[in-house]
Amino acid sequence: MGFGVLFMLAFSGAIGLIYASAAGSDLMAASPRHDQMFRFYMISMAVTSWLAVLSGTYIIYPWYRAVPPAGTTDLALYPQRLLLSNPMTAGWHDVGMEFKEHVSWFTPIAITMVAFLFLRYGPQIARHRHMRAALLAFTGAAFLATVSSGFFGALLNTHAPITGGPEIVLMGHK
Amino acid sequence: MHRPPGPEADARAGLPNGGAAAAILAAGIGSFALGVLSFIGDVSLDMRRAFIIWNPSGPLSGVSTGTIAIWLVAWLVLALAWNKREVRLPRVNLIAFALLAIGMLLTFPPFADMLQGQ
Repeated sequence: MGFGVLFMLAFSGAIGLIYASAAGSDLMAASPRHDQMFRFYMISMAVTSWLAVLSGTYIIYPWYRAVPPAGTTDLALYPQRLLLSNPMTAGWHDVGMEFKEHVSWFTPIAITMVAFLFLRYGPQIARHRHMRAALLAFTGAAFLATVSSGFFGALLNTHAPITGGPEIVLMGHK
Repeated sequence: MHRPPGPEADARAGLPNGGAAAAILAAGIGSFALGVLSFIGDVSLDMRRAFIIWNPSGPLSGVSTGTIAIWLVAWLVLALAWNKREVRLPRVNLIAFALLAIGMLLTFPPFADMLQGQ
């Protein structure tokens, strides 16, 4: 979750960079030092996105889907089983978690591509309108994926496993 | 403060857009692969089992690993083909955006359920 938060915070910078490139800003080509800073920013963003999905998939997710020993009645430490144990909460897994676990993986793919384009073309992006369109679309998709994933993650982590039960219901029912 | 672009920026001035096109289309292909693999895992119990390459993470381990493999191979192949060429970027963008949109839709459970007639 920490990497995800860091990544979310970095989005504003990425959007600013795309805007600067679209405007053909002097900032993009002002000096090699600025160029290096932009490169470092985009590489850090891509690395953070990878750390977020890898830690989510291989560290956090196994906790979520842990199988309780036979005979366990208190499922508080087994979020997936807790949600699935009640028809009123099963949708949080079937829709929320199923979506969250997959949609997050769009982000590193998109942001790696965005970082690559900035590294390779740098200030020259200002001359390529269609390249900027792709940067904007994939950054937007990455943002959407991250927000969706964070939204369901926040709901599932702060509500479902802790106060799961009949009071947690899917929209439209209660 | 305005200074002239550095020598590295000049060196990048003549770069063909093929490298960018390869990266953009590969990202679209990777996104599409993610959607298709997650959908297949949802539809077929056998495939769901086959995707389990690391048990604690379940099918997600195979879906994500397969996606990354497809994305990187696509990027490599496209980069080898286009790296030194000028490519029609609007057409590449259109295909990549379509693949991205379809991929995202396929990971959305209500849409995947609808395709399965549920």
